[in-house]
Amino acid sequence: MRSKKDPDRSRQAKGNFSRRGFIRGVGIGGGALGTGLLENAAEAAPATAASAGPGPVPITLNINGKPVNLTVEPRVTLLDALRNRLDLTGAKRVCDRGTCGACTVLMNGKSVYSCSVLAIDAQGKAIETIEGIAEPGKLHPVSAAFWNHDAQQCGYCTPGFVMAAKGFLAEHPNPNLEDVEHGLGGNLCRCGTYMGVRQAVLEAARTLKTQGGKNG
Amino acid sequence: MANTPDYSWPPMEARKVIGQSPKRLDGPAKASGRARYSSDLNPKDLLFGVYLTCPHAHARVTSVDTSAAEKIQGVTAVHVVSPAGTEIQWQGTEVAAVAAVTEEIARDAVGAIKVVYEVLPHLVKEEDVAQAGARAKAAGEILKGDPAAAFQQAAVVSEGHYGIPVITHCCLEPHGQTIQWQGDSVWAWPSTQDVTHYAGQLGQNLKVPAANVKVKMDYIGGGFGSKFSPDSWGEVCARLSQKSGGRPVRLFLDRATEQRIAGNRPSAYADIKIGGGKDGTITAWESHSWATGGFTGGGSPPLPYILDDSNHPIPNKRLVHTAISTNTGPFRAWRAPNNQQAAYLTCSAVEDFAAKAGLDPLGVFKLNLQYAPKVRQDLYGYQFDKAAELSEWKKLWKLRGQSAGPVKRGLGLGFSAWGGGGHTSQCNVTLHADGSVQVDIGTQDLGTGTRTIITQVAAETLGLPMAAIKLTIGSNDLPPDNASGGSTTVGGVSASTRKAAVNALAKLFDAAAPALGATADQLEAANGQIRVKGSPSKSLTWTAACKKIGAAGKIAETGINDQRNPSRELISSGTGGVQVADVSVDIETGIVKINRYVAVQDCGLIINPRLAESQVYGAVIMGISTALFERRFMDAATGAMLNADMEFYKLAGIGDIGEIKVYMDIRPENDKRGVIGLGEPPAIAICAAVGNAVANAIGVRVPHIPMTPDHVLDALEGRNA
Ligand code: FES
Ligand code: FES
Repeated sequence: MRSKKDPDRSRQAKGNFSRRGFIRGVGIGGGALGTGLLENAAEAAPATAASAGPGPVPITLNINGKPVNLTVEPRVTLLDALRNRLDLTGAKRVCDRGTCGACTVLMNGKSVYSCSVLAIDAQGKAIETIEGIAEPGKLHPVSAAFWNHDAQQCGYCTPGFVMAAKGFLAEHPNPNLEDVEHGLGGNLCRCGTYMGVRQAVLEAARTLKTQGGKNG
Repeated sequence: MANTPDYSWPPMEARKVIGQSPKRLDGPAKASGRARYSSDLNPKDLLFGVYLTCPHAHARVTSVDTSAAEKIQGVTAVHVVSPAGTEIQWQGTEVAAVAAVTEEIARDAVGAIKVVYEVLPHLVKEEDVAQAGARAKAAGEILKGDPAAAFQQAAVVSEGHYGIPVITHCCLEPHGQTIQWQGDSVWAWPSTQDVTHYAGQLGQNLKVPAANVKVKMDYIGGGFGSKFSPDSWGEVCARLSQKSGGRPVRLFLDRATEQRIAGNRPSAYADIKIGGGKDGTITAWESHSWATGGFTGGGSPPLPYILDDSNHPIPNKRLVHTAISTNTGPFRAWRAPNNQQAAYLTCSAVEDFAAKAGLDPLGVFKLNLQYAPKVRQDLYGYQFDKAAELSEWKKLWKLRGQSAGPVKRGLGLGFSAWGGGGHTSQCNVTLHADGSVQVDIGTQDLGTGTRTIITQVAAETLGLPMAAIKLTIGSNDLPPDNASGGSTTVGGVSASTRKAAVNALAKLFDAAAPALGATADQLEAANGQIRVKGSPSKSLTWTAACKKIGAAGKIAETGINDQRNPSRELISSGTGGVQVADVSVDIETGIVKINRYVAVQDCGLIINPRLAESQVYGAVIMGISTALFERRFMDAATGAMLNADMEFYKLAGIGDIGEIKVYMDIRPENDKRGVIGLGEPPAIAICAAVGNAVANAIGVRVPHIPMTPDHVLDALEGRNA
């Protein structure tokens, strides 16, 4: 019962079952759907997106601070674009339906389920994936805290948790345990690492504060 | 070297690395997203495989027309799995598969395949054994003593109905693999719990010599008993690759298919009657149980659980079991097969018996330990007391239904037993003349910390820091290990690693002894040195000692654990655990919340307490998820699984688990037994403890797991009497 989902994320999840089929049918971006995030996204989307598809279209995504050009069909999710086209595989495809959080990335600083965002709708947004949060060979304080508290077993949910935690801490720099349980309620782990995750997020909050509030 | 080497573990107080809690070695890779799972691989020229599956629970395939799919641009191969004439026995069965240059094109092509089915009658539900008709088959009857007479004489007789449903493994990384079959060679990157045997099994399916199959897996995103073989998708993926001119294909199940066909835990239902004395001694047991594990039936929980030693069982008992064949996906091993079901059915019935007698179940469980295996009676006794202490049982437990107000609090008990032991495992330890140390073993790390504990064992044995050990696992080029199942990995790899390292060290002692003016048997390895025992000033640094390695340039030694003749000085089997759930139940909404959960667990010698605790936390959290939320919903009319997703197939989230207290029972007498696996044991008793806590809180038995509001409210209103 993930009743404590971040309200923003619940909105994204809504209507997701038919979204892709529908978009494919009408061959345009998500503005017409009127579901929370896509609605907002459509306002900011470049005008050209409105006439994209149905075949592959060239798009530019701003990923980890760099523009990346690629060609995808309008129905391709941001998650599949990252994993299958750009070899950025930290975000995982687990439910593919906006439920589990394994695919979490940050878009303009807010955590989103990348399986529930179309790649073409992600244009013009600053997309941050787990690959971009630390220098090669280094660990972001949130990742380090997950390691310190053994908040991982198989680790398949971990990148999503780390990104969700990073997004959460940006908005809630001083969380208590209850806040953490609420804020991370949109991510699921099958191995049962939640005890470690709780402590990891609290530790990360402390570390980020002593580093002058710098969250990546 | 005259003597057989002494492989036994150093005494507890002398251990330097074993018993410490270094962080898991692959933690940084996992926490940074750099860990590459087989489902993450994007080799050059990768193609995407997608399945077409059957929407019906029972059907015969009349025809499969792939012509339109084959014409779609970008499609490289179409493979029919279930040709015309195939009888399909569960929804989600694979009918055909496509490979294409993008996943989207592959999905389009799957949509363009035309399949005609003759739909046949199905059975997908088993909760009511009376509805199963001819699909229910007698699966055994046991009679001991004279139960009829014993029930008549019993001062207290309780009766109840209990059920634990089918649940799915729901591994976050779905089943699948990336495979390239080019010419006579196959490269496979699977998601498997058995790296060593994958090649042989896949090779057999493909008629390719195992020697031509290279298997590699660095990480696996969950298995829990469901990922032992290459499965049909391993073969299909390889054939798609071959048909596509040898380009690699990545084929992983989508979530709906994963939920339908890639593994589930059999259900178990039972009507149980217990008779006994006023003091709580059980004298008679009768159970009629039934279960489904899919089309083949399956699932026969050992009843009564634990209280059934062959030399001194409950004196009078009658057990009747029925297996029900259903048109549902096949069961797979699920973290302690049949034990969770047996624990739930037994502990629920014993708690109901205690309630009927007006007794504290803690005392009733302990009293009836007389029927448990002798070797574990004391262990359980200790653990019941420890669990009671940690859960404040004496202070918080009240007679059933005595909790006041609309939110009722209750406590419940469950207990468990598991074997473990060590699987067959070979480890090679190579000491190089430059001082570097290589450890090779064809095992896999399921997230249990296998990499870390192997490295700890090698470092402890060689007297080196962990950072000095270069470990390689996860490939069939390495010395053979075995499947990670049944909690046998830690036993297998710790024994083989210890032996290989001791053997290598003995050779190093031989090489270094002359320089130290001593004999090999006078040497020891400690603190990065090879030194003379008792005169630590006579020493060589590790690197200096390795320079003495002769012309071969290295020492390469093997260590083997043989499951049939295990290394008893290092490992053993057999664990026990007792758990207490402390819950609150809102009788207006039916919502159950975990306040606190206590797990007392024996596991022998613990190599890494941090990782061991993580195993227990993980098992308990998974168990709480199954106790409160998880259930496969089948639709009687259509035969479909209604919640083949993760929105309606509910898993516990971070806010659902309450406070968990883990107590590792590492008294010296347990440590002395050696290493014992820990994957299964703590996962067994949660449904039992939670179910009992709910009954204790609200005063009536909620017969069926999970403890969802509908089940709780039904019980409160007597709708399932
Ligand atoms: S994969 Fe996106 S939320 Fe589950
Ligand atoms: S660590 Fe395995 S799913 Fe979370």
